[in-house]
Amino acid sequence: MSELVAETIAVAMSGGVDSSTVAAMLRAEGHAVIGLTMQLWNQRRLAGHSGMPESVSGRCCSLDDVYDARRVAETIGIPYYVVNHEERFERDVVRPFVEEYLAGRTPIPCSLCNNHLKFDQLLVVARSIGAERIATGHYAQVSFDETAGRWWLKRPVDRSKDQTYFLFGLTQEQLSRTLFPLGGMTKPEVRELARTYNLVIAEKPDSQEICFVPGGDYKKFLDAYLEEQGAEARLDVGGEMVTASGEVIGEHSGVHNFTVGQRKGLGVATGSPLYVIQINNETRQVVVGPDEELYTRSLRARRVNLISVASIDAPMRVAVKIRHKHAPAGAVMEMAGPDEVLVTFDEAQRAVTPGQAAVFYEGDVVVGGGWIS
Amino acid sequence: MARVYLDNNATTPLLPEVLEAMLPYFGGQFGNASSIHSHGQATRAAVERAREAVARLIGARASEIVFTSGGTESDNLAIFGIVGGKGGHGSPVGGQRNAGQWSPVGGRRGADGSQLTVHSQSHVITANIEHHAVLNACRHLEELGCEVSYLPVDPWGLVDPSDVRRALRDSTQLISVMMANNETGVVQAVSEIGAIAREAGVLFHTDAVQAAGKIPINVDEIGCDLLTLSAHKLHGPQGVGALYVRKGTELEAQMYGGRHERSRRAGTENVAGIVGFGAAAEAAVAGFSREDDLKIGELRDRLERGLMGIEACRVNGGTQRGGGQNPHPKIAQDAILRVGHPRDSRPERVPNTTNICFEGIDGEALVIALDLKGLAVSTGAACSSGAIEASHVLLAMGLSAEQARGSVRFSLGKMNSAEDVEFALAVVPETVGRLRELSPVWVGGQRSEVRGQR
Repeated sequence: MSELVAETIAVAMSGGVDSSTVAAMLRAEGHAVIGLTMQLWNQRRLAGHSGMPESVSGRCCSLDDVYDARRVAETIGIPYYVVNHEERFERDVVRPFVEEYLAGRTPIPCSLCNNHLKFDQLLVVARSIGAERIATGHYAQVSFDETAGRWWLKRPVDRSKDQTYFLFGLTQEQLSRTLFPLGGMTKPEVRELARTYNLVIAEKPDSQEICFVPGGDYKKFLDAYLEEQGAEARLDVGGEMVTASGEVIGEHSGVHNFTVGQRKGLGVATGSPLYVIQINNETRQVVVGPDEELYTRSLRARRVNLISVASIDAPMRVAVKIRHKHAPAGAVMEMAGPDEVLVTFDEAQRAVTPGQAAVFYEGDVVVGGGWIS
Repeated sequence: MARVYLDNNATTPLLPEVLEAMLPYFGGQFGNASSIHSHGQATRAAVERAREAVARLIGARASEIVFTSGGTESDNLAIFGIVGGKGGHGSPVGGQRNAGQWSPVGGRRGADGSQLTVHSQSHVITANIEHHAVLNACRHLEELGCEVSYLPVDPWGLVDPSDVRRALRDSTQLISVMMANNETGVVQAVSEIGAIAREAGVLFHTDAVQAAGKIPINVDEIGCDLLTLSAHKLHGPQGVGALYVRKGTELEAQMYGGRHERSRRAGTENVAGIVGFGAAAEAAVAGFSREDDLKIGELRDRLERGLMGIEACRVNGGTQRGGGQNPHPKIAQDAILRVGHPRDSRPERVPNTTNICFEGIDGEALVIALDLKGLAVSTGAACSSGAIEASHVLLAMGLSAEQARGSVRFSLGKMNSAEDVEFALAVVPETVGRLRELSPVWVGGQRSEVRGQR
């Protein structure tokens, strides 16, 4: 710590334990810390719309969280501001989230938020107000690799909290201006530190769900959002439910109600368990079948962002994560287009889901990632 | 760090003499102003002295002043006290007064007398640049079944009085148009609106929170029946305001309780606050007759001229009416036309406010960056989290969402000095420059659509 040079750092504060502790740590190290919270979504906005309760209390940008962040900032003695990015959030996160579901894919809004809001808009605000770098409470590590001449993103010490899967989209410029002070700590250590700093949120439970979807019920959210947007936004996305051989075994009310690997709520009864194998957006068909049909050996990922290397010139051995809670699986990746890669797994993987990310690792180092197509 | 406060439209620091006047009422003078004994008599006398001072500020009689908890309560009391009274409305013209006369409203309280109702034919006229205290009260009236006309403004922020005339209906019960806007400082043609209201026999309320203490106010010249004031906008304490209610105007109290404030506002008086309000009103009246009070307008103009040296910025609000050549097209006409004492002519803006659009920047980031450098200014209206919402006032004046977001308000007060203006002129240009360097829509001194779409 003695090597640290004091600088002005903006901390993205959510009001939770992790980001609050980051702010307190950096302050204790002698940096000039500015706390920032992004106002991204008005939780009351969809209240009363289709299926949503009149009083909605979601996690995102709730007044309680802002109150907590403000209390922490006051406790540790740093300036604190809330900045409004609701328009950008709706354009770059919420609309794509809705459109992906309507197209039969399963989106990850957290990655979009990181790419477009936290490490883009918020970084601009931070630099505007005199902080050249931002720090967040993500569990990940960032460092400059002299040999490669590139900024590397690495998995954190606490593997159970690894959030690198959501950070694969960060550019070299963004990584060079980012600090993840919790990358070397475990969650219990962070909580202990929060107690040491007398932070009021030290015992606050972790948040898990998508922040703007109250109670985690994305279908209700989609219905309410589409209703608010009016008739034009409502798409007729109902269609047939078919087997892999093309046999029609039922109907469904909309492709957005399904995700690959889903078993419950299919609305068809057969002797053996059925799963969603594939969603065909063009024909609006939901393909169902037995568990074994869920396994595939390869995937294609588009809009690839590379981190540890500048380019993939030859097939490369990596471990690939295809969803947040997936154990990385051995595979070979190679370029299949200008920003598209082909991933061939050593062993077939279950429920490769379009719309999710495929993130490539070499040991602890994130090579890059892309969106499963 | 030096701290300079140029956000006096949000609130103002207490004048020393105001604080001094209030102190006894936090100490030995603690009586309830309604009490019979000498403790109560002492505070009653202080409250009534303050009432007289507030009345003098607006050319009213003391008996026409109702003390409240602030501007928001006064606006709500005016609107619901006239339109949404507790009485059943037997007649569709119940809220009107007889044309051409200052006569009591009468007949609004029905026999059933208990339910909060609005007659289905009630109609209210207001403007879309009003403070949320008026706008949200009117939206609630709509929920209660009342019809509301929200008048537009021109690009300089002015309501056209002829729009008021055109919006009148037989069922119109109230016109509510503010005197000076909190964000731009633009002063509405309230006297003309007052004349239209009088001619039509419709009650007229004006929110004068941002005008009081900045320009002289006379309720008879305006021709209003109700007028809202707030103490903390004129160097008085927060948490106290007043509603002027013209003699004879029937106003339905909105809280149940004792017969305080001539049964128009129940609740034990906030004596210390009211005394502070009175002292602030006295200081404001004295200010209009003192040369040194003119300095606020001069300081504002100096600040505005200095900021106009920054490229691609302009003043929001003000009017080009009144003729004459504008030697500096970047400065709103009124800044140049306005001469001498505010009493000499109706100013187009109150003399302390300038609202400036800096193209290509995020006003919220500018406010934060300036605060970190010690300069307090503001933008838009803060929502409950503290984040900024795009200004409904600037959007109503025809600014794009991007321009509204890039706009910042500077508002001066009695405590500001020439040094404060110099400080602002030292830090604002460099900060705007820094923000533009980082702006995705601002490259090499001009907007860039290409980078804006990345």
